[in-house]
Amino acid sequence: MTALQKDRKRGPAPAHAAPAAPTKKPALRRRTTRRHRWFTPWLYLLIPLTLLVAFTYLPILDMFGYSVTDWDGVSPTSENVGAANYTELFTRPELFKVFLVSGVYLVASFVQIAAALWFATVLSFDTRFRNLFKGILFFPYLVNGVAIGFVFLYFFQPGGTLDSLLNLLGYHGRLMWLGDPDLVNKSLAGVSVWRYMGLNMVLFLGAIQSIPGHLYEAASLDGANRWQQFRHIIAPSIKPIISLSVILAISGSLAVFEIPYIMTGGANGSQTFVIQTVNLAFKFDKVGLASASAVVLLALILLVTWIQRRLVPEERVELS
Amino acid sequence: MTTPDLAVPAGPRAPRRRRPTFGGTAKYVSLVAASAIVLVPLLVVLLTSLKTEQEAATTGPLTPPGNWFNFANYLTAFQEGQMVQAFVNTTIILGVSTTGTVLIGSMAAYAIDRFEFRLKKLVMSLFLVATLVPGVTTQVATFQIVNDLGAFNTRWAAILLYLGTDIVSIYVFLQFIRSIPISLDEAARLDGANSFTVYWRIILPMLKPAIATVVIIKGITVYNDFYIPFLYMPDSELGTVSTALFRFKGPFGAHWETISAGTVLVILPTLVVFLALQRFIYSGFAAGSTK
Repeated sequence: MTALQKDRKRGPAPAHAAPAAPTKKPALRRRTTRRHRWFTPWLYLLIPLTLLVAFTYLPILDMFGYSVTDWDGVSPTSENVGAANYTELFTRPELFKVFLVSGVYLVASFVQIAAALWFATVLSFDTRFRNLFKGILFFPYLVNGVAIGFVFLYFFQPGGTLDSLLNLLGYHGRLMWLGDPDLVNKSLAGVSVWRYMGLNMVLFLGAIQSIPGHLYEAASLDGANRWQQFRHIIAPSIKPIISLSVILAISGSLAVFEIPYIMTGGANGSQTFVIQTVNLAFKFDKVGLASASAVVLLALILLVTWIQRRLVPEERVELS
Repeated sequence: MTTPDLAVPAGPRAPRRRRPTFGGTAKYVSLVAASAIVLVPLLVVLLTSLKTEQEAATTGPLTPPGNWFNFANYLTAFQEGQMVQAFVNTTIILGVSTTGTVLIGSMAAYAIDRFEFRLKKLVMSLFLVATLVPGVTTQVATFQIVNDLGAFNTRWAAILLYLGTDIVSIYVFLQFIRSIPISLDEAARLDGANSFTVYWRIILPMLKPAIATVVIIKGITVYNDFYIPFLYMPDSELGTVSTALFRFKGPFGAHWETISAGTVLVILPTLVVFLALQRFIYSGFAAGSTK
């Protein structure tokens, strides 16, 4: 009963925002909110909060901790080495040049956003087989990553699908799509575009469809052509979601892992920052150094997100 | 064209089409080209999966198989690729973690939206900030925690991680629960229902559309995830569809006909679900990925 007494002692329940409600309502509301004991909400939050702390916040703290040690992940002891891991990370160029790979993916994601914008615009207007095209273009997003990896390993193989198609078109040269360090990241980034373009398109489509139709009618009465309609009606209305896509593109490019890991294992210069981190931690037992690089990656991604929030403030995207 | 245009209910006679508009031809050329780019790599894998070992080695990728009903490779993939075990494992993990996600997410959203308590703001921002932290960055440290819990190399590793790192679903539930009128809770309370009865009998049934969204997003994410099972469940008995397929790389090496069959086997369930639930999937992903 002590809990109940405590609850009673706490004074009036916080005033709710129900300004224009009939006079009966606040009294009723107060009763329902005061009926519960102080710990009732915590019963519902116990499991979610435990999981949240255990698998999100604890790892972040631990990661900062490991990043200043030389721990190998197995031995019971480890030395504090201060900022040595960070110094190593920033001074050994081969550890940092993996970010150049991210650049290729970043360029590809701008191609992807442009393509998604084009198809979303085209599919928002009456087009034959609209739903069929939408379905085909979106489907890759749902496909298993390992399956995509194999599909494109076969696609890029010497004498594989791509070479055969180029032969049909009259090009007989042989390109090492996945073997040539100058080409491998472009090929892999192409797979990324193949996989994610449809998601961007569906997000844009949703945003474009929420634009009231009479705007287009008014514009075409004024003699605006399609490009002008896009430029002055569509583009401004979906600006928030475009900016969100750009942010996801940047943080996504920094965190590329799955497709290159499955397809090349990071060979031929296709190693990304996350592949390097995973290898450092689980292959070379350098948990300390790996943690330092994970901290750097996390900081970069949070920085990018923060910049976006500053540049595009308060324009929260409301779909659905 | 005699094909009925099912896609556009307004009918093919909408006046806008008649006018020569910006990108009239370019529009269809680009759509057909993009569809080909999406479909050709997939179709080629389907062709290869139906070829004999001999055919796969000698014919080009674009050549159709001699016998369209040669399913021998699928049998090999099932038997030697441990695909049955993989589908069983994936189904178990999928079932437990989607159910758990729905319960945990809806309870958290219920507590946050329907109760007043100290530290509520803090709890809210803990969930919010966590959406900004990409899972891959903390994996090195998460691994140690899973290891300390003794969950490494058990299905619990995957289940716990899927449950614990899914903040998006809490967000989807939170958005939705706000639109359920509080007067419903109050009416039930006046009838003497306690908070759990309100949650179980009123809130949860009302959340059905949100549950559908979360189950779809979660289901597809878990089915397709490679990272977590690969890192936390290396035991081959515990292979999921992703990791079992990944292991094809070793024993089947250059046997593209078997690898292709395995790939098609993994893609097929996704295709079926997609065709059955298209509408929900689009809106689900739009709601989920913008948070």
